[in-house]
This record gives sequence, C-alpha cells and structure tokens, in this order.
Amino acid sequence: MTTIVERHKKLERNVTLLGLAAFAAVTVGGIVEIAPLFWIDNTIEKVEGMRPYTPLEQAGRDIYIREGCYNCHSQMIRPFRDEVERYGHYSLAAESMYDHPFQWGSKRTGPDLARVGNRYSDEWHVQHLKDPRSLVPESIMPTYAHLAEHELNAGDMTAELRTLYQVGVPYKPDDIAKANDDLEVQAQADGDATDLKKRYPKAQARDFDGDPKRLTEMDALVAYLQMLGTLVDVNAPAAQETLAKEKGR
Amino acid sequence: MESALKRSGLWLAGLLIAVLACAAAVDTGFAIHMGIVGFACIIGLIVTLRGLDMSRAILSPDQGRYDDDVIRWGVIATVFWGMAGFLVGLVIALQLALPVLNLGLEWTAFGRLRPLHTSAVIFAFGGNALIATSFYVVQRTCRARLAFPGLARFVFWGYQLFIVLAATGYLLGITQAKEYAEPEWYVDIWLTIVWVAYLAVFVGTIIKRTEPHIYVANWFYLSFIITVAMLHIVNNLNWPVSFVGSRSFPVFAGVQGALVQWWYGHNAVGFFLTAGFLAMMYYFVPKQAERPIFSYRLSIIHFWALIFLYIWAGPHHLHYTALPDWAQTLGMVFSVMLWMPSWGGMINGLMTLNGAWDKVRTDPIIRMMVMALAFYGMSTFEGPMMSIKSVNSLSHYTDWTIGHVHSGALGWNGMITFACVYYMVPRLWAKPRLYSLRMVNWHFWLATVGIVFYASSMWVAGITQGLMWREYGADGYLVNSFAETVLALKPMYFLRAFGGLLFLSGAVVMTVNVWRTILGHQRDEAPMRDAAFDPAKDRPIVAVAA
Repeated sequence: MTTIVERHKKLERNVTLLGLAAFAAVTVGGIVEIAPLFWIDNTIEKVEGMRPYTPLEQAGRDIYIREGCYNCHSQMIRPFRDEVERYGHYSLAAESMYDHPFQWGSKRTGPDLARVGNRYSDEWHVQHLKDPRSLVPESIMPTYAHLAEHELNAGDMTAELRTLYQVGVPYKPDDIAKANDDLEVQAQADGDATDLKKRYPKAQARDFDGDPKRLTEMDALVAYLQMLGTLVDVNAPAAQETLAKEKGR
Repeated sequence: MESALKRSGLWLAGLLIAVLACAAAVDTGFAIHMGIVGFACIIGLIVTLRGLDMSRAILSPDQGRYDDDVIRWGVIATVFWGMAGFLVGLVIALQLALPVLNLGLEWTAFGRLRPLHTSAVIFAFGGNALIATSFYVVQRTCRARLAFPGLARFVFWGYQLFIVLAATGYLLGITQAKEYAEPEWYVDIWLTIVWVAYLAVFVGTIIKRTEPHIYVANWFYLSFIITVAMLHIVNNLNWPVSFVGSRSFPVFAGVQGALVQWWYGHNAVGFFLTAGFLAMMYYFVPKQAERPIFSYRLSIIHFWALIFLYIWAGPHHLHYTALPDWAQTLGMVFSVMLWMPSWGGMINGLMTLNGAWDKVRTDPIIRMMVMALAFYGMSTFEGPMMSIKSVNSLSHYTDWTIGHVHSGALGWNGMITFACVYYMVPRLWAKPRLYSLRMVNWHFWLATVGIVFYASSMWVAGITQGLMWREYGADGYLVNSFAETVLALKPMYFLRAFGGLLFLSGAVVMTVNVWRTILGHQRDEAPMRDAAFDPAKDRPIVAVAA
C-alpha cells in the first residue's frame, strides 16, 4: 500500500504525467464499447425496405428536431409485451441507420412515435398538432398551430441531401439533383410522383395539411410522421432472420 | 496604448467577420447569432477604446495576492445563471401541469424551453461555478497567481458568449437535438476554443506552482477539463450544410450515434457534474470545517477508480434498445461498480468532519455541505440501482429518471455550489462576514424541503407511470391508454412545481444575501451558535419544605 502511495507521488508532482494518466484512464471505456459498433454485424446490417428520407420527410424531420419533440417523445420501442402491443413491433437497429442524429429519446411524456406512421389520418395529425386537447382532452402537449401558418422554408434541399450524403447516407446523384423538385412534388395533391416513388419506395405523396394551395411546415412534419416505422416490413422472413441474430432482445 | 490599438483592431476584425457572416447567412437563426457576436465585438471595442478596466469599473480592486477578478465575475455569473436556470425550470414544470402556459408561441413551447433549462443549470450555473472555483482553488493550492491572466479573462467572457449563443439558439429553434449537446456546430467550435484556453490557464497555473505537490482537488479539475474536451469534440463531430448557416448533421447515425451521445451524456454527468464538483468538495469542505481531508489514500483510490469506471456507464441509458446486448450489460456492470468510488468520495468528504461534527449544528454552510454529500451519496446509490436492467425496464422513459437527476443536480451540485459561493463571497470582496448567516439557514431549509418535494413526487410519478404502462387486466388486454397515464401524473406535476418554487425561493434568498454582502452590509442578527442560556435557571431544583 505504501509503495503505491509512494509511486503515486510521482504523478502528483508532474502535471503532464498526471494529465496523460488521467486521459489514458478515461479513453479505455469508450474505445472498448463504441469502436466495435462500427463493424459488428447487427449494428451495421441493412434490412429490406430501409431507404434514406425523401426531401419532404427530411424537411419534416428538421422541424421535429427544431421544435425539440425528442424531449417528450421516444422513437425506440423496447421488446416488452406491453410496448409491442401499444406501439407495434420493437425497433430494429437498422431502422435508424440513416438518422443523423438518432432520435431515440429518453423520456415518454408523450407516447412513442417509432411506428406512428399510417396509424392516424393526416386530418387527425393536423388537428392534433393545432390543438392537441381538442382530440385528447388529457393531453399536455403544446399547440403547434403556427406550423400550418408558416410556409415551408426548408432552404436548399440539394445542399442538405449532399451534406447527408457526405456523412454516409446513400443518396444517388439523381436524388441530390432533384431534391428541391422532389420536395414540391411530394406535397402536391395532383403531382406526378412516379419518379419520386421509384427512387424512394413506399413514399407517400399527397397534400398533407389539408391546404393544397400552400406548402407549409405542417405538410413536412405530417409527411415525416406518416412515414415513421412504415418502411421495414418487420414480419417479413428477412427481417425476422436479422432479428433472430440480435441476441438478448 | 499600442496594445489597446491592437486589441481594437482585433475587435474590429471580429465585428467585420460577424457582419459579413450575418449578411451572407442562409437562415435567420444564423443571422441573429452573428448579430449577437457582432454586438459582443462592439461592446469589447467600446471597453477597449474607453480604456475601461472592467475589474475597477464593476468590482472592488484586487487585494494584492491572487488574481481574483475573473473569480468575482464568475461568482456573480453563477448566481445570475442559477436564478435564470431555476426560473425556467419552474416555468417548464408548470407547463407540464398546465399546458396553456406554453402560450401557443413557437419560442416558448416546452420543447424549446427544456434545453434552455438544462443548459442554463448545467453549463451556465454549473459551468461558471466550476470555472470560478477552479481558478480560486488552483491559485491557492499552488500558491501561484493565475497563468495567462488575459487568457483567463477570455475564458470567462468567451464562456458567457457561448451561453448566450446556446440559449438564444434554443429559443430560435437552432438545435442538433442531442440532449445536453444541443448547440450547433459553430457554437461547438467556439466552446472548443474557449475550453482549450481554459486548459492552458489551469495547467499553466499548476506548472507555475510553488508547492511541490498537486493537491487532490486539482486532479479532479484536471481530469474534468481533459475529459469534457474529449467528450465534447467526439460527440459534436458534425458536418455543416452551409458554412454560413446554422444547420449541420452529425457524422454518427443510429446505434453508433446513440452510444456516442450517451457516452457523452453520461460523462457530462460523470465529469462535469461529478469530478468537477468533487474538486470543489475537496477544497471547500476541509477549509470550511477547518479539518484536513479524511484520507489521502482513499482520495487516490477513488479518484482513479471514479474516472476509469465512469466512462463505461453510458450504455445504461440505452437498456433494451437496439444497442447490442453485450454493450448494455457492460454498461450495467460498470454502473453498479461505480457505486463504490462514488461512495468513496462521499465518505472522504463526510469523514473530514470528524472532530468537527458540532459545526453541523452551528454553521449553516457546513450543514449545506453535509446535505450536498448526503444527496451525492443518495443519488449515486440510486443511479447504479436504476442501471440494473430489470429496474430500468420500469424506470426508463418515466419521471423517475427526472427525479433521480434532480436529487443529484439540486441536492449535490446545487447545495455544494451554494456553500462554495457563501464561502468565497466575503473572502473575494474582503468583507468580515456574510450579510446574514441566518439567511443561509433559510436557504438551506427552503432548498432541502424543495428537493424532498421534487424527488418524492417524481418517484411516485415515475413508478406510477411505469406500472400503468405495463398493467394488464384479467382479460389479457392493456388496462390504460397513454392519455390516462398522463392524467394520473397531474397532481405529481403540481407537487414537483411546488418543490421547484421552494428551491427557487431559496436561491432568491441567496441572491439577496450575496448582493448585500458585496455591498458591505451586515445584518444585525443573533449569532447562530448560541444556545439559549438563562443564568437564573442555571441551578439545581431544590425541594421546597412543606
């Protein structure tokens, strides 16, 4: 014991040694835990159906982030009977592989949203966002009526998709070039979305906010909410095979 | 004169860059932020041109020995941001009970105010307390004046600019949506610069020391500064969409992003709110108790164990998520092990009072320190318990987590900071004593009762919520809709807000006390230490003859 104390005095007299030793001590845990996630299978595996967000969905996601929805809503269903019955099949790692940043959340002041897509009508979402208590009297959610009033000012979606491409989202050159048009087309009631749907399977194209004349922030947010959890067919054999490999869940 | 000219040139250059960036901005938020930066440059320019010495203009002169200007500003900033952070906390607590208080405005909705609250208390209140106390402690334990005094001033003002940019950003909706790491890329870069300057001042002062040994408090400060730098840089590896816009995307996505975030998030707790505040404990508790630290060996063991183990605990924020099972288990095991070094710190602090326990009765500042350590011990027991997967399956996503965080933040960080502020203020402003010790006592009780209301209401809320979510009826169906669980928590949300109100009232009492002390007032009051004594009654009972 005394020898350790004696040896420790060396560190106590030399700030460089002390700093380096402390830095060494704090790096180990991170390296052991985080580094393997970049090459072990079940964290980098693709699942049938996953695709990058369309420009409109991504713009909606930007609004979701801007308003801090993650403070009250998770997007990560845990593999418990009650959660699966309440929210749907538990979340797969691959389902958030294009999420920069992830939005799993840490608190459910409101319900989980990982699979909220296509569970309610567009009208329900618009009304609920405008005045939550008109549909759910117990709700304590803030009102977001201003989303329907603001024109969608998403900025240059080409630049945004290119940046996402640079951090690893596999957008094709075509997707990036057409990003601003795609944004418009997806929110139109009578637009020709054939090309969009070919490049983004299962994309939903329509007027989302009930006001076909304008492209509002409400359009984008509802488009995002309506696609959440709809891409992967979790009951398909391929997805189940992936799940079987995720041990302990 | 020449240096003033040079500095003016720098301010002008900064102003020019800010104006250009403001003009070229691709979004309003970025333009407003660059406007704020430009405004800061103008203030700096005016101060330089008028030859104002901020220290003399605002505060009392240096007392000769140590470089305490920055510390005086830091103490004031701590109190100010503390009040701001607690107030926003009360507002958002009330918003959860009465949603009409969101006011229907985009800038005042819960989702934008909640990061404002967390950042204000952690980074503005806690961060200023850490910077101020670290500069105070490092000078006195090294017996050397601050190295790079100009840089130290830059650290203080640069950090305030970071706070203002972060806070206004949240209200404008500029966020990268990672908890406790919400500021966007340019604010992150700015903080990195400030932080490197902070490290330079701190290490420089240690190198200048005239004491042979580096005192244990400085080990904790040093590891806190180094680790926070590492965490901040890695977790904020982002790529901006435009170099004149606020939006950026993190390099990491999905699972990897989640673990990097909670590796950061948990160690923001572990190093910002624990290691740094333990450093405060290691200097101010022995000083106030006038007793040496209980055990030197214990401090060695628990220091190395604490910093080594803390880093591993992050995955316990991701139990039962899509994070691989082994990582979750590793996080849980290390979190449980972490209990021991945490209690090592608590024991070292509490046992320092050996032979001075009477001061808990007579000295409200010691009483605050003891309560801080008690809450530290309690929340570092609760934390490992909640990190056990089966407990976490109930507690995760509920208000139990919120209660746990607040017993640590209000009880440990808040109380120890208040005690340090009370210790430093008379010494920094050369006053014989605080304005009022009895007000410290009031603050102590208001804060303590406030925390009790807060923590207990959130325990009840969290467990209620967790149990209601998983409740099944005899028919095999879920019993409660989500909305019903929200309704059930309403009374608890009111009680929590009441606890917050008490805690805030305590802070108001502190603000008055600190302010009057700085002004040099002394409240005429009966001393705390005297027990009532009546000489007339100081005699044996004599039986009266019948």
